[in-house]
Amino acid sequence: MATAVITPERENYLNQEYGIKSWLLTVDHKRIALLYLVSITFFFFIGGFFALLIRLELLTPAGDLVQADTYNKLFTMHGQVMVFFFLIPSIPAVLGNFLVPLMIGAKDLAFPRINLLSWYLYITAGVLMLHCICTGGVDTGWTFYTPFSTAFSNTKVVEAGVAIFIAGFSSILTGLNFVVTIHRMRAPGMTWSRLPLFIWAHYATSVIQLLGTPVLAITLLLVVFERVFHLGIFDPTRGGDPLLFQHLFWFYSHPAVYIMILPAMAVESEVVACFTRKRIFGYNFVAMSSIAIAVFGFLVWAHHMFVAGISLYSALIFSALSYLVAVPSAIKVFNWTATMYKGSITFTTPMLYAFGFIGLFTMGGLTGLFLAALGIDVHVTDTYFIIAHFHYIMVGGAVMGYLGGLHFWWPKISGRMYPEWLGKFAALIVFLGFNLTFFPQFILGYMGMPRRYWQYPPEFQVLNVLSTAGSTILAVGYVLPMIYFLWSMRYGKPAPDNPWNAAGLEWKTSSPPPTFNFDQPPVVNFEAYDYEHIPEVEEVPVV
Amino acid sequence: MSDSTATSGHGPELLHHFSTAEQQRDAASLGMWLFLGTEIMFFGGMFCAYLIYRLWYFNEFAAGSRSLDIWLGTINTIVLICSSLTVALGVRAAQMGKRKLLVTLLVLTIIFGVAFLGIKGVEWYAKYKEHHIPGASFDASDLIRDYPQIHIDPAHEQIYFSLYFAMTGLHALHMIIGVGMFTYLLYHSMKGRYGPEYYTPIEIGGLYWHFVDVVWIYLFPLLYLIDRKPLG
Amino acid sequence: MSEHVLSTKLYYGIWIALMVLTVVTARIAFIDLGPFNTVVALVIATCKALLVVLFFMHVKYASEKLVKMVIVASIFWLLLLLLLSLADYGTRYARHG
Repeated sequence: MATAVITPERENYLNQEYGIKSWLLTVDHKRIALLYLVSITFFFFIGGFFALLIRLELLTPAGDLVQADTYNKLFTMHGQVMVFFFLIPSIPAVLGNFLVPLMIGAKDLAFPRINLLSWYLYITAGVLMLHCICTGGVDTGWTFYTPFSTAFSNTKVVEAGVAIFIAGFSSILTGLNFVVTIHRMRAPGMTWSRLPLFIWAHYATSVIQLLGTPVLAITLLLVVFERVFHLGIFDPTRGGDPLLFQHLFWFYSHPAVYIMILPAMAVESEVVACFTRKRIFGYNFVAMSSIAIAVFGFLVWAHHMFVAGISLYSALIFSALSYLVAVPSAIKVFNWTATMYKGSITFTTPMLYAFGFIGLFTMGGLTGLFLAALGIDVHVTDTYFIIAHFHYIMVGGAVMGYLGGLHFWWPKISGRMYPEWLGKFAALIVFLGFNLTFFPQFILGYMGMPRRYWQYPPEFQVLNVLSTAGSTILAVGYVLPMIYFLWSMRYGKPAPDNPWNAAGLEWKTSSPPPTFNFDQPPVVNFEAYDYEHIPEVEEVPVV
Repeated sequence: MSDSTATSGHGPELLHHFSTAEQQRDAASLGMWLFLGTEIMFFGGMFCAYLIYRLWYFNEFAAGSRSLDIWLGTINTIVLICSSLTVALGVRAAQMGKRKLLVTLLVLTIIFGVAFLGIKGVEWYAKYKEHHIPGASFDASDLIRDYPQIHIDPAHEQIYFSLYFAMTGLHALHMIIGVGMFTYLLYHSMKGRYGPEYYTPIEIGGLYWHFVDVVWIYLFPLLYLIDRKPLG
Repeated sequence: MSEHVLSTKLYYGIWIALMVLTVVTARIAFIDLGPFNTVVALVIATCKALLVVLFFMHVKYASEKLVKMVIVASIFWLLLLLLLSLADYGTRYARHG
């Protein structure tokens, strides 16, 4: 398993068949992963476009770029597109789809046609969402709170609700596919304790998708029924409780954030193990904490409702439970850090993203603990503190995890190396841009600047300008990988089977893999992360 | 659910990504059970709404419940139970390779399903005539008149009927999908596709059907039998 | 899910039991049991559901525990939703209706 073996262009999943039909009607999980890659990148830039408009408006205290109603639509659609059409699918639908069968030694997922159906459902939802955006948009906030969304908003709530309902179905089917695959299709010898932690984390993610998304689905459906058929379930004039909507909404939407972060943690485990040349410290703890996050994540939803009117006693219960949910995440951070101790670290691009992830996720997570304290939450809820908190986790955590994973597995997916120096440069830009964008927002929130406001008192301007400046730098950091990944597909150095000398079944097949993944069905007689049996990387391939 | 070509009950070609027919079968079964788990949560959201509002507006729920036709509700429950029997016997017929029996049982199942939907339609029409459909035309004065002993707020009464229509409507939609699914299974059964070697689609179709029956088993007492005690 | 072929007698027996329980639950609703009407109705419904799940859906004869775990987990999660919501609704001061 020398580093520099380069295999000549063999038949692989990319060149096996050409033509648009072979892509649009594929049932190969790897091709479906690429279909997702293209579509979610598209929606990422749509959501990012809305973010840039928001930040432009907030350059000045006055509301002078757009009208207030338009601003409401901007932050709503930024949130909806980013959450439902980028973050939730991202890692599972791209990296998960590609890697889960490879990592367990299977030829494909359990239900390849349902996998393709998932993508088509996502596209249908996406088209509907785009139509909604282009014909007036929604202004309810991504949270659709009633009774504004049911009785007062004049925007396209039904269309957006239906789009997200369909996207939710796509998410459920992906989760279903992963759970059945992991249970039923592991290669001989691949016991649960030999699974890469990537698989454990995706299993936990899938459980959340299966159990949580249906509740969002029914809740959105009830909102649609209220608008269309005048049913009165959330209507206060008929005795309905707007808080019931919030309970049902957050029952999904809190675990949803774990759908977004667990896959990034999955990537983190793989990248840290490879670039410290060590088995992840505390494998069992990390595996079990994935499951614990999935379970505990369902117990805390009302911490989004502390000031909404729930009873004080339930607030106390949910506050206590919210402290509990931080524990498994912290266990993971400790274990990754312990892995690095006395490890042999190489600072490749994926590893830079991994470092960024640990730091930024920790900050985001710790600020979540501040918010779990009722006294603090009352002060900073609905301010920029909250926005900073969740962007640290979702952008500093999940997006960096996604980018790190894309870089780590790019050679496997495309058969090409990306330019390493550019990768490192872009990672640094992302890190700097991110912190400049979002750190000032913690301060703004603490000082009292409310969220979702299109104008603000002048004393907040300096921090807002810093934040907007950061966002433009961040945008550059995101565009660069898109450019050099595309470039690499034509001009990048052909990748060896295992450019990083990493452990894992996916590295034991060619880059890119053949359509059915392995020339011979693998038999597993080794533990995960058996780096002691893999030679050191002499030098990292550099372009 | 459909698989590649098959002849007279001798199973499909093994799909390429599975190593054994048993693995394929186990995967399909687990997949359907997980899907039913998601359906429990899907209906569950409405059960949560039902729970809260029944606690808050018991009188209105009781009055609304009494306005439903208990005979039609009970008959419908029996119809669904009979359909579950024919489905279970149908799976058994497929397991034993009895094609004609399977076809008969599937036809009966579809008939029961359509009967259920027909009766449901009759009930909904009655609600329409009584002005119990939530919205502008809603009118609870008949309930207020019929039950002077309990205090009924007409606004809150709409909550009960909103839930009634949402829950029975979603259930009916699942029944329609079930009838469609079984029509598909009937078509292929008539062509001899299912037998002891391969009856997975019948089995997992059956699981879906039984689940829809179980949902109704709970909807019936929760919607129809809230409070039928004789009023003093 | 199993290879078990159950006897028609068993299926008809379960069917009869379900019909009987249906009639019972409908009749009992007319008898005043105070707050226990609801409890009895739900207990009977659960018995009926168990009969369908265990016998018609073959869960009693399932060869591995996974299916039972999926069912138990789903019901458990539903109860989480119901009970934790009640933590709020059960402790608010305002009383309605």
